[in-house]
Amino acid sequence: MATVLVYIDNPGDSLHKTDRELLTLARILGTPAAAFIGELSPAVAEELGTFGVSSVYQPSTPGLDELLVAGKAAFLSAAASATQAAAILLGNTFEAKEIAARTGIRLASGVITDAVAVSEDFQVTKSVFAGSYTVQATVTSGTPIVTVKANSVEVQPAPEGCVPETHTVDVDVPAAAARITSRIEKAASGRPTLDEAQVVVAGGRGVDGNFGPIEDLADVLGGAVGASRAATDAGWIEHAAQVGQTGKTVSPRLYISAGISGAIQQKSGMQTAKVIVAVNKDADAPVFEIADFGIVGDLSTVLPQATEEIRKRKG
Amino acid sequence: MDETKSALKIAVLVKHVPDTQFDRHLQGSDHSTDRSESILSELDEYALEAALQVIEAHGGEAAGHRVTAITMGPAAAVNAVKKALQIGAHDGVHLTDDALAGSDASGTSRALAAVVRHLGDVDIVLTGMASTDGETSLVPAQLAELLELPQVTFASSLEIGDDDGAWRLSARRESDNYAETVECSLPAVVSVTDQINEPRYPNFKAIMAAKKKSVCTLSLADIGLDASQVGLEGSWTRVEDAQPRPPRTQGTIITDEGDAGLRLVDFLAEQKLL
Repeated sequence: MATVLVYIDNPGDSLHKTDRELLTLARILGTPAAAFIGELSPAVAEELGTFGVSSVYQPSTPGLDELLVAGKAAFLSAAASATQAAAILLGNTFEAKEIAARTGIRLASGVITDAVAVSEDFQVTKSVFAGSYTVQATVTSGTPIVTVKANSVEVQPAPEGCVPETHTVDVDVPAAAARITSRIEKAASGRPTLDEAQVVVAGGRGVDGNFGPIEDLADVLGGAVGASRAATDAGWIEHAAQVGQTGKTVSPRLYISAGISGAIQQKSGMQTAKVIVAVNKDADAPVFEIADFGIVGDLSTVLPQATEEIRKRKG
Repeated sequence: MDETKSALKIAVLVKHVPDTQFDRHLQGSDHSTDRSESILSELDEYALEAALQVIEAHGGEAAGHRVTAITMGPAAAVNAVKKALQIGAHDGVHLTDDALAGSDASGTSRALAAVVRHLGDVDIVLTGMASTDGETSLVPAQLAELLELPQVTFASSLEIGDDDGAWRLSARRESDNYAETVECSLPAVVSVTDQINEPRYPNFKAIMAAKKKSVCTLSLADIGLDASQVGLEGSWTRVEDAQPRPPRTQGTIITDEGDAGLRLVDFLAEQKLL
């Protein structure tokens, strides 16, 4: 079977959930191999083996992390050539999409982003116009390069594991690259990221500066905290929490919108959620038009009551 | 003007896109975008503002710095350039050719890279973080690869400074997990987020002044590209089918009578979401 190359970037001590999803998809489509950046710990090597990865490719040059995208794209295209990959899969983060973009130019290959499904002949299903349309797209030149949204694939290890062999790929690092001169890690919140979360609780103008009730409900549901542009612009929460057309597009199982009117920009960021719950004082808020369950009421009383009840039921 | 460095030439890429305030549509057998209700992409205004602020910080137009707005597309696409001229760009370029229709990100990047090469001596190619129609964010990175320039994408702040007589760029970027500073020499391809600034509005005087600014119209032949390198033919991806998503229907709406939180939990339990 043809090799399907999965790009894996600095997983640390264990693979990310999105890495596992990509490896599962790669095994469905062919023989999975990994183009791997970072330290390959024994635990991660073993985990790769459980997904049927028999070959792991690593760059000959360290320090690709210090350059913005150019070096990683050079590595991925070299790895794709070395493996004669039939397709390349990456995650759907901004950086992964850019690595895909540049690899596409290097390999004269088409790139399809935001995939939610990939069939065995590499036909890709994705949504466009922020969820308004579902399209089927194919790559017509070169090696299909597909970036896959989180939660699109159910993780499944290979029936039989293997022990991966590591190979080094020579990388000709481009001279013209921006250099990362400092990086400050943000404190981990302990919550899932917006992209990966199955539950998102989002607040807007109606929270009036207090994200406490939003955060409490998100925590009791094991979810992520989101926000409308109005809330991030007001400085009530960091910009990274913004859901909407100029923020993140999420499609969790449950999206709870609180104090957000649901103008089209917000709507386009969350309308592919499986279940939408809306809480808003204004009965005419457009968000109610798409809510599966809507509550006309004050979020500062409704949310804490729900949070308390969930705690009680969970014992 | 700083004596040691050359005047800055900034090319801002602007796109004429369907207004996101309304429902957007695909049309025809090639599932192309319906552009009848189009405007300058909101996200491009941040790029234009960033370009204007960069040159204003270094003496502005009087110091010889120039901001050129570039667009590609059919006749109406020039409206994105005209809006950019009203906001403050000094001149415009409109690449238009029937063969461009249906270009994917790679075809678009090839065409725009050829325009930038045609202009020559561009110090910064500035773009928004994404177009609000294709929403892929692929073009800035592909331009950097094609032009063999450093890419500085998703900048949330931008500074151009001196480095031994040459221009040097420094930017901040933020992700979920970190904030970082990146640096490169010019020329470079830069994209900016909607957090970088507050775009200015054109005033009456600027709108009148824009009428005197020049827009250069280019064809594929002018920039040395063949029709087979762009459009549907030159694209490396193809949309085979497009179906509008079934509209969501309204569910149960209740008014809080003191127990809405409990009823919400009942609903979540019914949906097996707890």
